[in-house]
Amino acid sequence: MPLGARYATLMDVPPYRLSGMVYGTLLNHQTSLQALGDDIYKPPYQGPPRAPVLYIKPRNTLATSGEPIAVPPGVNELEIGASLGLVIGRPACRLSEESALDYLAGYVIVSDVSVPHTSYYRPSIPFTARDGFCPLGPRVVPQAAIANPDGLTIRIYVDGELRQTASTAQLVRPVAKLLVDVTDFMTLSPGDILAVGVAQPAPRVRAGQQVCIEIDGIGRLENPFVGAPA
Amino acid sequence: MKLARVACAGAIHAAQPRQLSDGRWGVLLTDGRTLAEEEVVWLPPLEVGTIIALGLNYAEHAKELALSKSEDPLVFLKGPGTVLGHRGVTRRPAGVKLMHYECELAVVIGRSARGVRRADALQHIAGYCIANDYAIRDYLENWYRPNLRVKNRDGATVLGPWLVDATEIEDPGNLGLRTYLNGKLVQQGNTRDMITDVPALIEYLSSFMTLTVGDVILTGTPEGVVNVDVGDEVVCEIDGMGRLQNTIVGDQLFGR
Repeated sequence: MPLGARYATLMDVPPYRLSGMVYGTLLNHQTSLQALGDDIYKPPYQGPPRAPVLYIKPRNTLATSGEPIAVPPGVNELEIGASLGLVIGRPACRLSEESALDYLAGYVIVSDVSVPHTSYYRPSIPFTARDGFCPLGPRVVPQAAIANPDGLTIRIYVDGELRQTASTAQLVRPVAKLLVDVTDFMTLSPGDILAVGVAQPAPRVRAGQQVCIEIDGIGRLENPFVGAPA
Repeated sequence: MKLARVACAGAIHAAQPRQLSDGRWGVLLTDGRTLAEEEVVWLPPLEVGTIIALGLNYAEHAKELALSKSEDPLVFLKGPGTVLGHRGVTRRPAGVKLMHYECELAVVIGRSARGVRRADALQHIAGYCIANDYAIRDYLENWYRPNLRVKNRDGATVLGPWLVDATEIEDPGNLGLRTYLNGKLVQQGNTRDMITDVPALIEYLSSFMTLTVGDVILTGTPEGVVNVDVGDEVVCEIDGMGRLQNTIVGDQLFGR
């Protein structure tokens, strides 16, 4: 199967196929803003985001639960961001808060892997868009199965040890509000995923370690991290 | 070969540009029908994969935006929802102060690329298109700049009018680019002035990510970007590749 193609099989509900587009939201978890402290108000940033700041995890980054993720040569540690992923069910443009959740097909766990970096001023593509840096899974859980997406606990385990606990209750823009603000300037399409934002401090892992991200009601996404092939 | 995708009479067709018997330009569909340019709906010439865009890749444009050259190429990504075909319309939200076009050479990957050396890079190219990658600078934030609200708006990345086969472009490093705003030449440059040229871009990108068939690299724009207003017609041209037309429309058309 070609690189990243397995992601397409993760969905048993309409539209049955992920598009391969994964958008992430920067600084949408209160802890990620807190981690930057006063730096947010200094150059080059000069204030927190006014509108959602999105980034893209391109199709070469997609992986599924169980797939080994390669730590690039010359890199000691990778950072593991864990996020709730909103899976779009029908074309979503200019949504309203009242009906935004109706446009979701379901939810999935997004493991947002990156090479640790300190600046968010320029897009961090060489740090975030490496092959395998966006495992998704374990399956897309139907929208109706999750009563309140703004009250989910997310846990990251490294080699079985609990390293981070966060909640979607701490989002700067809660799920519906985020969908409203994003779809004001771009349409999300069926099968697209919008990751709502990762918490900080995010754990770091090395080759040889096993990461498990757990979200109540969605399941566990597990990936071993391995040394880069020679 | 130049291959377009057009919609006409209830179907989507592959088409090649042709001069009509009356001198106008049009297309020849694969089924033999010939139609004038304005008789078909022009779709983006391919289903795009990952769109990789370059910022500040021409020295003069970088200077124009008062920014210094960074060590690594400034790369950002875009989604497929922003792509629009030839002769389409792009929305300028009411109240914004600076929305500008960017004429760019678009490189379409034809063969998977990972760890490709500069000398081999051109073998991984399927062809080229013209791109007009609009930006609305009012929405710039200093987070992952340029953020998606500036550069990834619906219908704000015009691509086409067709895919020019790589065999037709002898040297992607020597192509003149021009933009006309309501018929007046406003932007002019040459791909030879790229800071990181096409083979070097493929080498750089494939050093950390796998490029796949259908991925598109938007290679940056030269100096000469000015504001566009509702009603303006913007035409981008690249030597040997044709002309890509777009019209700016207002909120009213979208019921806003």
